Amino acid sequence: MIEIKDLHKSYQMGSNSLHVLKGINLSVEDGELVAIMGSSGSGKSTLLNILGMLDNADSGEYILDGVPIKNLSETKAAQYRNKFLGFIFQSFNLINYKNALENVALPLYYQRMPRKQRQEKSLKYLEQVGLKDWAHHLPSELSGGQKQRVAIARAMAAEPKVLLADELTGALDSVTSYEIMELIQKINDQGNTILVVTHEDDIAHMCKRIVYLKDGVIEKDEKIEQVRVESHVQ
Amino acid sequence: MFNRDRWKEILEVLTTNWFRTVLTAFGVFWGIFILIVLLAAGKGLENGINADFGDIATNTMFMWTRRTTKPYQGLPKDRSFEFQQEDVQSIWDNVPNLRFISPRNQLGGFSSGGNNVVRGLKTGAYNIYGDYPEIINQDPMTVTSGRFINYNDINEKRKIAIIGLGVRNDLYEKGEEVLGTYIKIQGVNFLVVGTYKKNTSDGGEEGQKEIFVPFTAFSQAFNRGQDVGWMAITAKDGSSISVLKEKIVDVMKKKHKVHPEDNRAIGYFDLYEQYNRVESLFAGIRWIAIIVGSFVLISGIIGVSNIMLIVVKERTKEIGIRRALGESPWSIKKQILMESIFLTIISGMTGIIFGALTIYGINSLLDSVGPVDMFLNPSVSIGVVASALTVLVFSGLLAGFIPANSAIKVRPIEALRTE
Repeated sequence: MIEIKDLHKSYQMGSNSLHVLKGINLSVEDGELVAIMGSSGSGKSTLLNILGMLDNADSGEYILDGVPIKNLSETKAAQYRNKFLGFIFQSFNLINYKNALENVALPLYYQRMPRKQRQEKSLKYLEQVGLKDWAHHLPSELSGGQKQRVAIARAMAAEPKVLLADELTGALDSVTSYEIMELIQKINDQGNTILVVTHEDDIAHMCKRIVYLKDGVIEKDEKIEQVRVESHVQ
Repeated sequence: MFNRDRWKEILEVLTTNWFRTVLTAFGVFWGIFILIVLLAAGKGLENGINADFGDIATNTMFMWTRRTTKPYQGLPKDRSFEFQQEDVQSIWDNVPNLRFISPRNQLGGFSSGGNNVVRGLKTGAYNIYGDYPEIINQDPMTVTSGRFINYNDINEKRKIAIIGLGVRNDLYEKGEEVLGTYIKIQGVNFLVVGTYKKNTSDGGEEGQKEIFVPFTAFSQAFNRGQDVGWMAITAKDGSSISVLKEKIVDVMKKKHKVHPEDNRAIGYFDLYEQYNRVESLFAGIRWIAIIVGSFVLISGIIGVSNIMLIVVKERTKEIGIRRALGESPWSIKKQILMESIFLTIISGMTGIIFGALTIYGINSLLDSVGPVDMFLNPSVSIGVVASALTVLVFSGLLAGFIPANSAIKVRPIEALRTE
């Protein structure tokens, strides 16, 4: 699904150049649930941004579902993001003057799906995250956990190839975090490929594979015994 | 073009901050309002002055003889001469693009004072003109009863007269029959066959106190021979009498053996030139209205642009989210542009409507207090309104352009980082 070869990225900070990613090689199969771990400054967010086509790598190869991602125009990048990727952010990033349903429908709107179909589909995904009854509430009327569920529903609405989650439990308490992770595991069980960036060990262990990043290189990459949330909570 | 979600969003964005939207809109509203009202005021002034000009054929000159000031071809200076009836034909022959040439003779007015018209016991002093039928086109009047001069009158030298309402009021009792009666002009009886009323206000009282008789009968009755007192010459539409007048005067100089450089022997008055002077004044007023209005409008548009920039800044994060979700840059640009155009057009339309209402109010006020000097029916044409709308759409685009560009210039990753 994802193929990365020798990825380099550096940022220009005034006269200094900060080499953030120093040759990353990563391959993610279809249906995997991968946690990318690392302390702050390890380059994990940068990697996620490049994977999300929000940022460009300086050198190296990035192949997503057989499509090389290189030198994209903004319009093309927007198209690919819409078609291939679903984003889940730490701060939810819902549009606050649109209700839950409209937020979920946004990616479909960019696909120019007809209004009616769009709403049906969005409602279906809201139901899946257990928020059907909250469809017409504004983000300000939802709790943090609910907001993140809406964001997950939104990320999935366009049926992307890969879900990218950036510290998705960072702004939530531990109980809510586990609820969210339970949802993520459920979605993964359905066969979706998910990448989770986190610095929390327990969250990482709820995935099936952990990639440790340190100072811009992959330090360790191991498959683990997944901790199911159901058992963990009990 | 019509996309429910897009419009919903535009309204959502513009109504989030009502007070700011209204303040911004006011700039454009005020600009268009001022533009419309100034143009209407200019038009009102123009209409007023034009009403004072009345229906007079403005492409007209008047020409008369004076004394020569230079000796020429053995003739001395200080010689007086008169236009002759045959001069009319030589002007026709030598100068193209003329519409009317009316030779005229005149009694009364500045040539002599005192009462010159008698009817029974009543007398009065009036201007008496010997004229051809065409004069009614150059010096328009409404024939209120009977008829005007015709060519049979000219050919048969009939001693008939058309009198103004002022003359009628002086010489006749109220309700007395006018047509078929005789008046005595300097001892010669003329049959009254018509009355007229002038609709121009420039003639005033004086304009209604004139008597028109056939040119030929005038010449015979008052012993003018072939002499022509003066001429009224009108050019065809599309050619200017101001251009043709030099030629006409030259023809006359040649014919009457006047030195070509003797500029004082033939006097003339160019009505068209005067009219043009007034017209260019109006053009000036119109330009001032347009310039002042446009500058006010521009400041309004800058206001819109400014606010759109702030809106974009405020929504940077939202734009980042949208782009992460796959909205194309062009779609974002379109959104900003449409918001800007929508705001501009709505406020502009309000300005146009309020301008129109103001003009309507002024008009009904003018109607109720009666005519005001030099001001009549202020209005703007539908063409002005249409072009104002075009300008609005265009300026809305312009106002949104910079903000829209700055919106898509922010890279999504940076936009998302903004907390």
